[in-house]
Amino acid sequence: MSAADDLPDAVRKMIGVPMYEARSEFPIEIGYVYNTCAAVGNGNPLYWDDETAQAVAGGRIAPPTMLSVWFRPHYWAPGASGERKAMQAHFDLKALLALPEAVVASNEASFGEPVRIGDVLTTCQIVRSIGPLKQTRLGTGRFWTVDVRSTNQHGDWVGTESYTFLGYRRPGQ
Amino acid sequence: MNTNSTPRLLFGDLEVGGRLPPLSHRVTATTVVLGALASRDWRPMHHDKDFAIERNGTRDIFINTPNNAAWFERYITDWTGPFGRLGRLSFQMKTPVFPGDEMRFDGTITALATDGEGCGWVDLELDISVDGQTRTVGTARVAVPADAADNPWKRRGARWQP
Repeated sequence: MSAADDLPDAVRKMIGVPMYEARSEFPIEIGYVYNTCAAVGNGNPLYWDDETAQAVAGGRIAPPTMLSVWFRPHYWAPGASGERKAMQAHFDLKALLALPEAVVASNEASFGEPVRIGDVLTTCQIVRSIGPLKQTRLGTGRFWTVDVRSTNQHGDWVGTESYTFLGYRRPGQ
Repeated sequence: MNTNSTPRLLFGDLEVGGRLPPLSHRVTATTVVLGALASRDWRPMHHDKDFAIERNGTRDIFINTPNNAAWFERYITDWTGPFGRLGRLSFQMKTPVFPGDEMRFDGTITALATDGEGCGWVDLELDISVDGQTRTVGTARVAVPADAADNPWKRRGARWQP
């Protein structure tokens, strides 16, 4: 955990605190596994063939790198207003730090117990670090890192993703 | 017997410095949009060219982060076969990949280690380039069977230490 010296209190208080605990909006399902494999031409029989999945992984599972897929909200849902966003902690930082633009600078993940079809996952977001204001190629901004830790319905750790973002203002913005 | 149920790549067959077979893929707007929607990423810079140009300052829509991860996973497990189990993946998208680009994936074994539980770990250095220019760099740690009787997917709890 680390924080630059010049952060507003509201931002400083976010660092290291688990936030936005949430459950996946639907049980893990095979349709998205097929969509993902088809989008990248992934022919791994573990994801296409029942017999292989049973023999190798004890049943149908999702590709580990799909971890973040299960936590992105539906684009629209009844009763929702405005754009629904994953990684709310990141969007909170953009607003609190008045940095309207952002890009993902790097992405790290570690994977635990396989995610199985039918699982229900729980996640939380932890702001791990926020750097000082600096000049970048895109504009004036800061780098920050948010961990997303996920467990399954048995409490088993299924993985953690860490996203480092550059939040910035374009010149003149 | 299903041939997929026998490991095709064993830890003992590998050497540091060994290279994964390269993979090339011509990216279209469909590639980008399929990847974004499959990963439930509805942000407009991955499907709306005007938004990408005006707000992101890029020349077109571009491949999103989780889809880049899915591409790396496909590249790695094309090589390991179904017994390969990804433990870690890290990458930096230095320059976006756009429709019209031909992505080339390369991978090199940088380290081989067996942990205290007997799990065989392969560390990889990964690269996506277009016309010889690196766009994304990454590293991965993947477990492959230590021998024909081992199966990384059966490892649980303390026996799985990615």
